[in-house]
Amino acid sequence: MHMLNKFKQGMWLILALPTIVVADVSEFQLENGLKLIVKEDHRAPVAVSQVWYKVGSSYEHNGITGISHQLEHMMFKGTENLGPNEFSQIIAANGGRENAFTGRDYTAYFQTLEKDRIEVSFRLEAERMRKLKIDGAELLKERDVVSEERRMRTDDNPKSLLREAFNATAFVNSPYHHPVIGWMSDINNYEVDDLNDWYQKWYAPNNATVVVVGDVEPQAIYELAQQYFGPLKPEAIATLKPQIEVEQRGLRSIKVKAPAELPYFMMGWKVPVVKTAEISWEPYALEVLAAVLDGGSSARFARQLVRGDEIAASVGAGYGLFSRLQDLFVIAGTPAKGNTVDELKLAVREQLNELKQQVITPQELARVKTQVVANAVYERDSVFYQAMQIGMLDTIGIDWHLGDEYVDNVKLVTAEQVMAVAKKYFIDDSLTEAELVPVSVNKEAEMTGVANEH
Amino acid sequence: MNTKFFLLLLALLVSQVSIASPQIQHWTTEKGARVYYVHAPELPMVDISVVFDAGAARDQLLSGTAVLTNAMLDEGAVDLNTDQIAAAFADVGARFSSSAERDMASVGLRSLTEESALQAALALYTKVLTQPSFPESSFKRIQKQILLGFQAEKQSPSALASRAFYKGLYGNHAYATMPAGTEQAVSKLTITDVKQFYQQYYVARNAVVVLVGDLNKSQAQDVAEKVTSGLAAGEAAAKIKPVVDLTQAQTIQIDHPSSQTHILMGQPGMSRSDADYFALYVGNHILGGSGLVSKLSNEIREKRGLSYSTYSYFRPMRDLGPYQFGLQTRNEQADEALKVMQDTLVDFINQGPSEAELIAAKQNITGGFALRVDSNSKIVGYLAMIGFYGLPLDYLETFKVKVNAISTAQIKQAFERRVNPNNMLTVMVGGKAK
Repeated sequence: MHMLNKFKQGMWLILALPTIVVADVSEFQLENGLKLIVKEDHRAPVAVSQVWYKVGSSYEHNGITGISHQLEHMMFKGTENLGPNEFSQIIAANGGRENAFTGRDYTAYFQTLEKDRIEVSFRLEAERMRKLKIDGAELLKERDVVSEERRMRTDDNPKSLLREAFNATAFVNSPYHHPVIGWMSDINNYEVDDLNDWYQKWYAPNNATVVVVGDVEPQAIYELAQQYFGPLKPEAIATLKPQIEVEQRGLRSIKVKAPAELPYFMMGWKVPVVKTAEISWEPYALEVLAAVLDGGSSARFARQLVRGDEIAASVGAGYGLFSRLQDLFVIAGTPAKGNTVDELKLAVREQLNELKQQVITPQELARVKTQVVANAVYERDSVFYQAMQIGMLDTIGIDWHLGDEYVDNVKLVTAEQVMAVAKKYFIDDSLTEAELVPVSVNKEAEMTGVANEH
Repeated sequence: MNTKFFLLLLALLVSQVSIASPQIQHWTTEKGARVYYVHAPELPMVDISVVFDAGAARDQLLSGTAVLTNAMLDEGAVDLNTDQIAAAFADVGARFSSSAERDMASVGLRSLTEESALQAALALYTKVLTQPSFPESSFKRIQKQILLGFQAEKQSPSALASRAFYKGLYGNHAYATMPAGTEQAVSKLTITDVKQFYQQYYVARNAVVVLVGDLNKSQAQDVAEKVTSGLAAGEAAAKIKPVVDLTQAQTIQIDHPSSQTHILMGQPGMSRSDADYFALYVGNHILGGSGLVSKLSNEIREKRGLSYSTYSYFRPMRDLGPYQFGLQTRNEQADEALKVMQDTLVDFINQGPSEAELIAAKQNITGGFALRVDSNSKIVGYLAMIGFYGLPLDYLETFKVKVNAISTAQIKQAFERRVNPNNMLTVMVGGKAK
């Protein structure tokens, strides 16, 4: 390993670099409760404007799952002063790019424009924040569009089918149980009143955060926000029930049969996230652990399971430390040709045992930290990503400054802490396993029943 | 549109200011590689990409050679093995990347510009680029993974559709296979094929070097020399044989146990240096290239709710890249959706765009021009394209003027001449209607 010596100097030098200078961020609050966060980035004469609502699939209950996503679609279908699709036409005529996305904990709308046109975005977003009109015929068509979206993303995609069943097994009473897009039978039965109720309940200035990042002047943006969002009436926003997931008492295991060619498995352990952690460093230790296993081509999974033993065609570890509710640390993969799912799962378990028994090496820890520092620089190449980070944190109820402190918090993680979270959380009693059992694509005639029953 | 909105719109359009394009500098290295450089000092980072005319279009007897060669570069170099290379890039926070499509094969590096990190990353990148060792054991593993990838394709209706589409569109031309190749060909590949491919195509005269980031001109010159000096000078790749237009309509139906049918329709479209480039590009923007506001999206999604995604695009390549239309819809209504797509195209060819549609398209394309070059990674993409396809250095500067010069008549005429709805290839992958 003479390479390590050769590059050690560089490695330590980077770690000694100061944390990225926090860019100019200004925060404002309008009288009606709307929060505005403006981050200056003067590299290019553009700006992104994002409106984040505190609502997503984890706010939904059974019977109306996916309604936040359906409402997101309806937000393009007309308001008191805009016809169906006119919103998009106006943004397009202004050279803008726009879209929207719905997650478990948020619904967000965005436009990227040349910097002088942010006013167009504010004018239109303010309009649809309080003046949406949901037309029955438009809803019927858009329900079809969403059901086609579901077929494309989930029903005809065996890995997605497995993921959906996996989440529904791992979470019993937490709303992370159900898919963001919703169950098909719920999608097919939304009524205009359901959508109107949902809109009324969550779409208001005091439940929204507007984030603007780009070549803008914060005070001018604040004045624009006052002009357009200022007159909107706030709403009484309901307090969410906590819906704390019941304690898991033993391993859960499911299989999903679907037309597929390759086997695939998922393993997920209940772990804390920043929002729920009782011990504040634990999520950061889990983050480092995920990177030790799967932080690129030099990480253990790629080095030992994909190369070394050649037992995995692909294997990955996923952990997101920013969510509203308790979440999972997920490991998923496909065995190499000639190996079975069980063999690969065993190899994964050996990897986890090693983490429980031996501290990670100083080189591995330093490598992870260096990558985190470098990524913080690379992320600034995108104004969209920067806005996304701020909006997401704020919407799940975390001080967005934590995004800037992320690098420092990761830097503080020790090898012993990584071992401690491995021992504490990778236990079978809180594990959910799911396996995709391929049914030959050519034997579809033999397929009966619903693929995702469990 | 109500009056208030219209006035606002008008005011904003009048105030439109011209946006400066990135300043591109161009030179040739001693070994003959063409360099394209933009100074971007705002962030302490640099992107380097060396692009070779070594994509799958260069595969000779065995498809998949180009992709496998490209994937082998960071598997071993000089005295370093795969693990050492991966660790050394990661230790300085650098990201190595490589990819091969039909035309281009790229080898990329993103690094911090902090001196010691940059020097370490560059030294390693140069070794990987110029002295790969092609270890046999890595070759076998990657070959096995690519073969498994073919199996994965069989569970994806969209992947099945793409493969059939290119095959139907290009027949015996090199563009006909997917870049990863075919099962049959990849199983036969040997390490010798890969080494020969590398020696012939990964050479300086066949390379474009792209540099964007916090390096001044003289640093950029040093870097460009350093990363290419170890390459053989070699020769630029020869011209590929021309793409032939389709001579008749064809429909390929593939049964798949999916709830949706994935439909692709198209024909060979245009090249990067096409004389009709702007007329076809702007015309298609109106027809199917502008997302939710395109005519296709309006007919298929907005009016009828038939598909979540529907589009058409030209994918300009060295020679005629595909002109591709696509949607996916539940099996029962596949024929109906296809009919709407065909009718929308025929109608567009017959009628041409309206003046209002053209104005809206120009506003969208030119009004959003700054968004195309608002990050280093996007500028890297444009430089690679300009360098690889030999487009003029003022491509970005003159882009808006050329778009604005297009008339409805030019679009109608170009579509009539270049797009033949009677010779379309249609691929449908899905289940039978129940």
